[in-house]
Formats: sequence, C-alpha cells, structure tokens
Amino acid sequence: MKEKFKNFQSPKIDQLGLIERANRFKTRSIKKEAKVQALKLALNMIDLTTLEGRDTEGKVIQLCNKAMRPDLELDVPTVAAVCVYPSLVAVAKKQLKGSGVKVASVATAFPSGQSDQKLKIQETKYAVNEGADEIDMVISRGKFHQGEYNYVFDEIAAIKEACGKARLKVILETGELGTADQVRRASDIALYAGADFIKTSTGKISPAATMPTTLLMLEAIRDFYSATGEQRGMKPAGGISDAKTAIQYLVMLHETLGSEWMSNKWFRFGASRLANELLLQIRKQATGYYQSADYFSKD
Amino acid sequence: MSERVEVLKTYKLYIGGKFSRTESGRYFKGLDAKGNQLANLCRASRKDLRNAVVAADKAQSGWWERSDYNRGQILYRMAENLESRKAEFAGLLQKEAGLSQAKSVSAVEKATDDLVYFAGWCDKYQAVFSSVNPVASSHFNFSIVEPMGIIGAICEDEIGFNEMVILMASAICGGNSMVMLAPKQISVVAQSFAEVLHHSDLPGGVVNILSGYPDELLEHMAGHMEIKAMAYLGLKEDSKVKAKIQELAAENMKRLSFWNGNFADQKRSPFAIEEFMEVKTSWHPIEQIGGAAAAY
Repeated sequence: MKEKFKNFQSPKIDQLGLIERANRFKTRSIKKEAKVQALKLALNMIDLTTLEGRDTEGKVIQLCNKAMRPDLELDVPTVAAVCVYPSLVAVAKKQLKGSGVKVASVATAFPSGQSDQKLKIQETKYAVNEGADEIDMVISRGKFHQGEYNYVFDEIAAIKEACGKARLKVILETGELGTADQVRRASDIALYAGADFIKTSTGKISPAATMPTTLLMLEAIRDFYSATGEQRGMKPAGGISDAKTAIQYLVMLHETLGSEWMSNKWFRFGASRLANELLLQIRKQATGYYQSADYFSKD
Repeated sequence: MSERVEVLKTYKLYIGGKFSRTESGRYFKGLDAKGNQLANLCRASRKDLRNAVVAADKAQSGWWERSDYNRGQILYRMAENLESRKAEFAGLLQKEAGLSQAKSVSAVEKATDDLVYFAGWCDKYQAVFSSVNPVASSHFNFSIVEPMGIIGAICEDEIGFNEMVILMASAICGGNSMVMLAPKQISVVAQSFAEVLHHSDLPGGVVNILSGYPDELLEHMAGHMEIKAMAYLGLKEDSKVKAKIQELAAENMKRLSFWNGNFADQKRSPFAIEEFMEVKTSWHPIEQIGGAAAAY
C-alpha cells in the first residue's frame, strides 16, 4: 500500500461546496417505519463509550449491560461495541461474553498521542491481549503539523501490525487539524497506512464530529475504494447527541457510500448520550407519546 | 396620498422566551365577539407542544433555584407591566371577548391584583405548607414542598382572562414551569399577555403559551412523559375526554387538576399553589431523646 501511496496527491477540498452539500442531507424527510428502522440501525451502530479518569469496574459493567440490552421493554438491537480504556478491557470482555457486542479500547496515549512509539505499540498489544476486538488509536497531530507525514504513516502501519486480528480505528482529531485540506490528507494517510476505520475525534476536543468533516472523510473512503477496491469504515465521534442528527448522518452515509456501508461493520457512532436519545424516539414511535429521559437509565 | 392601510399584527406562539411561528404552518382565524376576523393566529401542533416542553424543561431548574424573593419580584414586575398596558388589554377584552367597558377594565385590574397577590406568596407559601412532624423515634422529621416540574395546562375556549392568569401565577409561583394552551376565544389577549411576561424579566421557557385547538393537543399533553401535572380548565361535566386524560395520565402518574366554572375567586388562595407542589419529607437521625418522643 505504501508503494501506491507514494505518488498519491490528496485532492484539494472546496470547503464551501462541502458545507452546502452536507446541509442538503438535512432536508430529507424520514418518517414512520423508515424512521424506526433508521433509529434501530443507528442504535446498532453505536460504540457506547466511557473514557473518564473516574471510570470504575462497576460503571463499565453497568455500561456493558446497557449495551447488550439497551431497553428492557422494547424490541431493539444491541449496540455495536463498548469503548473503554485499556485497563478496563478485561472487565468489559468478561461481561459482554457471548453477546456479540465488541470491546473497543483506546490506545496510543489517548487522547493526546504524545508519547514514544514503542510505548504506544506496547499499549496496543496490552489492550489486544486483554481481549480488545477493536483498537481506537490517535494520530500524532504534533508530527502531522510539523509536516512529518511519513512518521504518521509509519506509526499507523506499526500499530496496525501490533493489532493483529483486532480492527483498527484511526482517530484524526479533526478539531486539531485546522483546515479541510489537512483533514483530507490525514484521512488518506490513515487509509493507505492500514486503518480499518477512520474516526473524527476523541470527544475531548471541540469541535468534534460535524457533518461537513464527516462527509469529507466519507469521500476519502469512497476514493480509496475506487482506487484499491477495498472497503473501509467511518466513525464520527463526539457531539452527536440527538436522534435527528444521527438519522441525517445515515442519510449522508447512504448517499455518499451506498447500502454496502449501512451496517455496524462499516459505520459507527462514537457517542454515549445518543443511545438514550434514540431509545426515547423509538419508544415515542412505539407508544405515540413523547417520552422523558427520567425513565431511562443514565449509563 | 392614498388611504392609510391598517397594520395588522401577526400573533405567534410564545415558546422558550421567543415568539415563533408554529412549525406546522397552520393558522386559524381569531374572531372578535361579533364574529369578524380580528387576527390570524398560529394553530399549534403536537410538535410545537413538544418544543415547548423541551423549553420548559430547560428553564425549570433555574427558575426553582432562584430565590423565592426573586420569583416574587418577577411576578410583581408582571403586575407593573400589565397595569401600564391596562387600556390596551381592556380594549382587547372588549373586542375579542365582548366584555363591556366597565367589565373589561375591572378584569384587567383584577388580573393585575392577582399577580401581586401571588407575587406576595412566593416567599411565604413554604412557611405555610412545610411542617415539623412529631414521630415516635429518634428522628427530626420535617416536610417541605417542592415544585413538581413541568405543568401542562389546557384551557377550553370560553375560559376567561382572570382564570388563565390565576392558573399561570399559581403554577409558577412555587418554581414550576408551564406549557399552556390558551383559551381559543381570547387567543389575542393571551399572546399579548405573553408579551407582558416577556418583558418582566421572566426567564424564557418558564411560561410557554400556545394557541390552537384543545382536542388536538390534549392527548399528547396527557400522554407526555415529561409533564408531571396537568390542569384542565373548563372541562364539561358530560365530557368523555376526562376518562381519556385520566387513562393517559396514569402512564407517568401525572397529577390532574380539573378547574371548572368561574373559579377565580376560589383559586385566589395559597392552596392553588399547593396543587402543583410535591411534599418531600426528610427523616434526620438525632440522638436518643427521652422516651423517643420529639423534644422540640
């Protein structure tokens, strides 16, 4: 892949066009059965996440239970994965056993990525050994801004190797990259270096995922697919907290990459609050009455 | 010079401290007492109701956290603003509700006085309704009242201005926020009253006033899980609606109040405030007191 990338030039991005295009996806009308289907699909694509210093085993267990059975009364799918810090992977793995819900772990000195490469590889291996099915790594934004693109490329490739069978999601942290051109370049580097998913943000920096940025990354995936024939996934993370926005993202996904991508194998939402919002809406559709967050578990 | 064209005002919904059009784009004709068109009004949809509840939810905790005294100040400010617009409101009531001049002026004055009345109660009702309870164990046991949260209210078409004001004042006095469907017959008066609220330092979303048809919204209000209590003003005795409301309200144990007739005089009372309050009782362990009796 590195050979193919050698002469690759990331295309320039028309930022205004990008925003206009992204806004168009907000105008589709998704109602009734189609809405319910979209809500359930979105729920099934969630990486239920807790990444806080104060995370305890108890909290992770609680989150896993929610992941496996988001609602006690409704007929809803499980979420896609539970995303935790490496030290809590084993707890999540044990709890989720046999449920089909994956365990994702952040690694590589999340969220800043400011550490030695050897340590990052070690951390990745640790998380995989603990049982992580998926690794969410962060790119070295400092190096990226210094123009050391080869370093960033090689680092992703090295982490991919350390992952073994685990799927690798590469967090670009678009809020720290600056321009759309930079985001596109980072996306291309990550895709050619072996990322299974490219992901917008850590959730620790604002702005996190936005529709234009996600669209831009989806287009990078599309171009990568036409160049290599390989399918890659997308994960917008952070800031998507209401059901309506989630559905708009699905519309965007469908109209940019097509039905092939409409499953949690190729698309994820990194969110913690979104799950409850979706449940609220699904129950609203089931009962016909507006719901209150008071009647849903917080974690 | 051509003849001057009268500028007709567009009346909107009052949601979250903003005057916004209904998302549905629907309207109805507001008629005066003689049946002539007075204005076009927004016909609120269930989505507007939902938006209003979201706004009321955002505003409620902040409103309750304000000092009782400050809530009193704001209610008093409403009275001041209504007083200064007495002529306008009296005129509107004559036109829209067909009241005589004397009656319309008296209605506005009464509404103003009622606002002052409830402004006064804001920092006093707690002293009346809270209590220290004698218990047969070593506990200091006391009860205080707290707001229920979001109060939904539906006014039947013929409910008067005074009744509407009393309901609003008694509900927000204790720290609740509310979503109210105004009486259809005085929709213009009600939306003008929203303007009074708007420049009385009332935080946006504490009171939300919709205009429209009761039968379109009542099920969605009664079934809404976020609304903790619901008042229905002017429900007819033989109405089948009552059972429907009760059934839907049971889903989240919504408290229901049915206020009928010309209840203004009857509800000018601190007990009207209590209708939208929840009693919280605390058991606080204390050292052994002789014979386990409370020694205070």
